[in-house]
Amino acid sequence: MLGVGAIAGTALVAGCKPGEEKKEVATGDPEFTYDRAKEEIAREKELLAQDKFFSKEEMATITILADIIIPKDEVSGSASEAKVPGFIEFIVKDMPYHQIPMRGGLRWVDMQCLNRFGKPFRDCSDKQQIELVDMIAYPNKALKEMSQGVAFFNRLRNLVASGFYTSEIGVADIGYAGNAPNQWNGVPDDVLKQYKLAYTEKQLKECVKFDS
Amino acid sequence: MQIKKQSKHYDVVIVGSGAGGGMAAYTLAKAGLKVCMLEAGAMYDPQKNITQLKNPWESPRRGASTKFRPFGDFDACYYGWDVEGEPYTKAPGTEWDWWRARMLGGRTNHWGRISLRFGPKDFKRKDIDGLGENWPIGYEDIKPFYDKVDKLIGIFGTNEGLEDHPDGFFLPPPKPRLHELFIQKGAAVSGVKVIPSRLSILTQKINDERGVCFFCGQCNRNCSMAKADFSSTNVLIYPAIETGNVDVIPNAMAREVLTNAEGLATGVSYINKDDMMEYQVTGRTVILAASACESSRLLLNSKSKRHPNGLANSSDVVGRYLHDSTGAALGGVLPQLFDRKRYNEDGVGGMHIYSPWWLDNKKLDFPRGYHIEYWGGMSQPAYGFGGGIEGLNGKFAVRGEQKEAGGYGKSLKEDYRYFYGASVGMAGRGEAIPMYDNRCEIDPNVVDKFGIPVLKFNVKWSDHEILQAKHMKETFDEMMHNMGAIVTWGGDYNKENNYGLESPGKIIHEAGTARMGSDPKTSALNKYNQAHDCKNLFVVDGAAFTSQADKNITWTILALSMRASEYIISEMKKQNL
Repeated sequence: MLGVGAIAGTALVAGCKPGEEKKEVATGDPEFTYDRAKEEIAREKELLAQDKFFSKEEMATITILADIIIPKDEVSGSASEAKVPGFIEFIVKDMPYHQIPMRGGLRWVDMQCLNRFGKPFRDCSDKQQIELVDMIAYPNKALKEMSQGVAFFNRLRNLVASGFYTSEIGVADIGYAGNAPNQWNGVPDDVLKQYKLAYTEKQLKECVKFDS
Repeated sequence: MQIKKQSKHYDVVIVGSGAGGGMAAYTLAKAGLKVCMLEAGAMYDPQKNITQLKNPWESPRRGASTKFRPFGDFDACYYGWDVEGEPYTKAPGTEWDWWRARMLGGRTNHWGRISLRFGPKDFKRKDIDGLGENWPIGYEDIKPFYDKVDKLIGIFGTNEGLEDHPDGFFLPPPKPRLHELFIQKGAAVSGVKVIPSRLSILTQKINDERGVCFFCGQCNRNCSMAKADFSSTNVLIYPAIETGNVDVIPNAMAREVLTNAEGLATGVSYINKDDMMEYQVTGRTVILAASACESSRLLLNSKSKRHPNGLANSSDVVGRYLHDSTGAALGGVLPQLFDRKRYNEDGVGGMHIYSPWWLDNKKLDFPRGYHIEYWGGMSQPAYGFGGGIEGLNGKFAVRGEQKEAGGYGKSLKEDYRYFYGASVGMAGRGEAIPMYDNRCEIDPNVVDKFGIPVLKFNVKWSDHEILQAKHMKETFDEMMHNMGAIVTWGGDYNKENNYGLESPGKIIHEAGTARMGSDPKTSALNKYNQAHDCKNLFVVDGAAFTSQADKNITWTILALSMRASEYIISEMKKQNL
C-alpha cells in the first residue's frame, strides 16, 4: 500500500469546488493500490502539492463542455458523474504540454462567446453553448476562422474520452469484459458463426482447451 | 572519501539481474556457488509490488506513461529512455534510443515473452550472404540448452518442423482471437506464413512453484498472481535467493571491474545509490549481464596497465557491432468488427499467432529476414482511449448512418461503442547487419552523476535495413487490404522517412557490443562467453551476440547464460578458474 497519501491527494483535485474537498476524500476515491517506485511517489507527491491549475471559472467551463461531449444517456452516466473534470485537472499537471492549449482554448471559447453573446461560455444559455460547440465540433465543416477552436475541441474530446472510458462507469459502458481470471477457450461459437469463421483441425487439436 | 570493501569473498560476482544475470545466478547458486548480484536499480518483488489486475481508474493518469514507466503506469518496468542523472551522448547524425531498466529483474519484468530459438542458419549467416560474421558456435552447441530452458521456464508454441524456426518443448498455445483469424486469412492470400506464437507463458502447470496462465493479457505487468510468465525475478532470482547462496545488492551502480597485476578480474567496484558511498566486492569470477551497452561501458571504463584499451578489449571490438532489431509497423481498423459482440478476449499477454520469416533473401533486395507480430481487439481501456475519433466517425457509417466527423453527445457515445475492439496492427522485427562502425564508445567529456564516464553512440542504418523496412510496410499494406482492413496509421512511408524504419535502439534488442568469436583479434569473447583477454570474466547478455537473427534475443541470452554458467562450474571443478 505504498503511496496512499499520494492518491488521497488526487481526490482533492477531483473536486472543482474548494468547499467539497474533504467530502471528496471521504467518499473514498481510489487509493494507490498498485506498485510505485520510490521516485514515482516523490514525483506524485510533488504533483499533488501543486496548486490547482484551473481556476474555478475554467473548471466550470470544462465541466459543462465535458458533459456536452459525454452526456448521460440510456447506457451510462455523464462525464462529470465519472469525475472526468478532476481527471483533466490531474492530467494537465502530469502532462504539462496540455496546459497552454487547454488554458488558451478555454479563453478562445470565452472570447468567441463574449463577442457573440456578451457573456463567457459558462454563463451562456444552453442554446448558445451548443451553437458555439457546433461551430467547433465538426472539423470537416467548421469555418476556417474557427480552426483554433476545432483543435481545442479535438483535444478536449480526446481528454474527456480518456477520462470517461477509463472510469468505472465508462468501462462498463464500453463493455470491456476482461481484467478477470478466466480460461480462454477461443472465440465463442456464436461469434465464429456470425463471421463464418472456424478453427482448423490443426488448431483444435494443438491448442489448449478447457471444459466449459 | 573512502572505499568500503565487502569482507565476504564470493565465487561469482554478477553485474545485472535480467535474463542473463538471473539465469547465471540461478544456475550457479543451485550448484552451490556463492553469488553476489549487483543491481543498479531498486529491489523489486513481483509478489509484493503488484500492478496486475488493476483497473484503469486506479491510476490517476489512467495507465498513461511517465518517464518512470514509459510503457504505461501499470507496466512492471521502472525507468527506460530517460534515467535521472545518467545521461548518454550521440555523435552528430546518430539517432539512438537507449532503454535502461533500473530494477531487480530488469526488462524481463515487462517484456513481450516472445521466445524464439535461433535456427541453424542464424549462426552462419556470413556463409550464406557474406555479410557480418559467423558465430563460433552452431545450433547443435546451443540446442541442448534451448531444450533445458524450454523445460525449466516453460513456453507455449507448436512444433512445425521449420528448419529456421526450430522445434522445442512446447506447451499448447491458446486459440487465436477473432482479429487473429482475420489476419490468418489475409496473410494466406499474400503467402505469409502464420503459426501459433511462441511465448514463455504457462498454459499448463510445469511445477509446484508456479501456477497457470489465467488469461488476463497483462504479462507486461509481470504475473504476480500465478508466476505464469517468465520474469527473471519470479522464475530465477527469488528461487536462487532461496538456496541461501545469493546476496543481492540493489541500488548498486557498477563503476568498474577490478583486475590484479596478472590482469585477472578480482571483483567489482560500485557506488551505492542510497548512501552514495564507494564499495568493492570481490569474487573468483566476474560475470557481466548489465545489458549489452552497460556491460560494454563497464569494460571500456575498466582500464589498467594490463588492459590499457579497456578490459577484454585488446581487439578493440568492445562497443562495436552494436545493432538493434529493425522495426516498422502499421495498423488500422477492421470494419467487419464494428459493433462487435462483447466478451473477454484478453487471452495471454501478447499475440496468439505470429509470422516467422517465410521468404528467401536470395530473391530479395535485402539480406536478412524479419518476423511479424500482431495485435488488436478489445483491450482494457487506458489513457488515449478513443483518441482521434474525429478521423474515424466521418469515414464509416455508424449503424447505417453516415455522420459528420467529430461531434459530441449521445451520438458520439454511440460511435465510441461502435468502433471499440475493431483495431488491428502489425509490426516487423528484423535482423540488422552488425557493422564495425556502429558503436558505442566512452565520451571523453561527459560523466554521469556518479562520475562514471558515459557512452557516446554512433549508429546508422544501412540500405540493408531500410529496404527491409520497405518490404515490411508493403507486405503489411497488402495483408491489411486482403483482410478488408483500413489503414489508419503507418501508411505514410517513403524513401525520405526510411519507410517508417524505427530509429535504432527503439526495439530494445540491442546486442553485439562484446561479440564472441574464435579469433581473439576480432572478438571479445570466446564461444563460452569468456573474455579472450581475461579468463575469469564472462559477459552473458546481448553484448555477446555475433549477430541476432530475426528472432527476439531473450531465449538465446538465457540458453547462452546457462551454457556459460555450466562451463564456469566445470572449469572451477577443474581448478581452471
